[in-house]
Amino acid sequence: MTDPTEPMRPGLLPPSFFTPGTASFSDFLTTHASQLLPGRRDLPAGAVPPVPHATTIIALSFEGGVVMAGDRRATMGNLIAHREMEKVFPADDYSCVGIAGTAGIAVELVRLFQVELEHYEKIEGALLSLDGKANRLASMIRANLGLAMQGLAVVPLFAGFDLDRRKGRIFSYDVAGGRYEEHDHHSVGSGSLFARGSLKKRWRPGLTEPEALRVVVEALDDAAEEDSATGGPDSDRAIYPVVATVTDHGYRRVPDTDLATALHAVRDARNGEEGAS
Amino acid sequence: MTMPFYVSPEQLMKDRADYARKGIARGRSVVVLAYDNGIAFVAENPSRALHKISEIYDRIAFAAVGKYNEFENLRVAGVRYADLRGYSYDRTDVTARGLANAYAQTLGTVFTTESKPFEVEIVVAEVGRDPDGDQIYRLTYDGSVADEQGFVVMGGQADQISSGLSERWQPGMSLATVLTLAVEMLAREPSGNGSRALGTAQLEVAVLERSRDRRAFRRLTGSLLERLLAPADPTSDLPPGDDTAGDDTAGDDTAGGDPPDDAPAAE
Repeated sequence: MTDPTEPMRPGLLPPSFFTPGTASFSDFLTTHASQLLPGRRDLPAGAVPPVPHATTIIALSFEGGVVMAGDRRATMGNLIAHREMEKVFPADDYSCVGIAGTAGIAVELVRLFQVELEHYEKIEGALLSLDGKANRLASMIRANLGLAMQGLAVVPLFAGFDLDRRKGRIFSYDVAGGRYEEHDHHSVGSGSLFARGSLKKRWRPGLTEPEALRVVVEALDDAAEEDSATGGPDSDRAIYPVVATVTDHGYRRVPDTDLATALHAVRDARNGEEGAS
Repeated sequence: MTMPFYVSPEQLMKDRADYARKGIARGRSVVVLAYDNGIAFVAENPSRALHKISEIYDRIAFAAVGKYNEFENLRVAGVRYADLRGYSYDRTDVTARGLANAYAQTLGTVFTTESKPFEVEIVVAEVGRDPDGDQIYRLTYDGSVADEQGFVVMGGQADQISSGLSERWQPGMSLATVLTLAVEMLAREPSGNGSRALGTAQLEVAVLERSRDRRAFRRLTGSLLERLLAPADPTSDLPPGDDTAGDDTAGDDTAGGDPPDDAPAAE
């Protein structure tokens, strides 16, 4: 296999770089270097050995944006593969993506998705619409169906601020590339069952950003208590969930100090202490 | 059967070079100048849609004069080159030097083997972490590369503006100073007598801002550009983190699109 970045003659840009037509990076890869696409690789026969899996992702909307949170644990069967994995990423300035499922494939998919959005923006000089971004992600998941059937499934959660409609929106996916718009809140991954229960009771319309932060931290904490594959906040090692908000100011990672405050408020409320709501 | 006329290689290359030079000289000029906190690009370009100045990668930008379809083709190839390289290796492995080399090979090959050379001249610039790290490469239609220091002028009145800038430009000037200087030079009549009025609507201005973490490219339009160009206004550089002032691609002071293995630090 030739090095995809190496032109045919040393230093010369290959002809496919000059082919007009597509502003999509993954379409360009399909024709120029398809071996770099996760879904284009043939798997050898046999069972896939144990690989790390990413677990719980939560997203919910609040007044003026969305918040997304992911725990830090990656599991491999009964083992903890990694305790500070990051599973929530900025897709571009106005959207973020969280991943559950096979960690290796999911991280590669997110990287491709990020380049895809930036590539479009640079070539066209304009941002894709939020629906356009959600559809691009759906087609990438669909291309991964072969791997999913071998047990290497990836299920992302996508959320962003819609600059046209001026509100936060959330999209969920299935392994076949089905795209579903979620209202208010959603969760994916092994701990999602417990997180959804928590969200149903705690979420209400018109939440402010600090309130939303507390709801999302509580839901993640609930999931971590009931699901062994979901990691809870680890204040000893200072490992807190990755929590990000997307508003009309763009993507912002919530600092650990804010998370620690929200977490203490949740735990105090649970223990019925002073200052609890 | 007719015999083809013999044309000496010297004559052939000279004809092609003259042809390309004529095409380039017809267009308006583009000025690229270093300033204390980055690199500024100024072009006379009344079109809002057809850009002469564009972003290639995190800290690399592209400016061109000549035939639009030809340099647009080169720009798209450059974005594909950069994104592919950054995706296969790492974002830090995309450099202006690598891109300038690839462009030089392509322009040189087309110049010698195709029937018509590219009628373009381009600049590939990368902003460094400090002024010594800035790189500005100028590429001409025949594939030759020049590593420029400080400023570059391309297009119709290149020689005239260059000589003007060599008298006036100095390292460490502020953004407002270099922009005012560039616009003054662009507005001079080719005959040397007097100057035209160049409003912000006829200008395409962008900067590579040194202090930005990731995507350093930013277009300047509207009121911010007017403030920077107004002699009486105290605005001499970009307000930090404010990208509401006419950035037509995206606000990008937030940590957007970082690679997963290098997620942004908490702000």
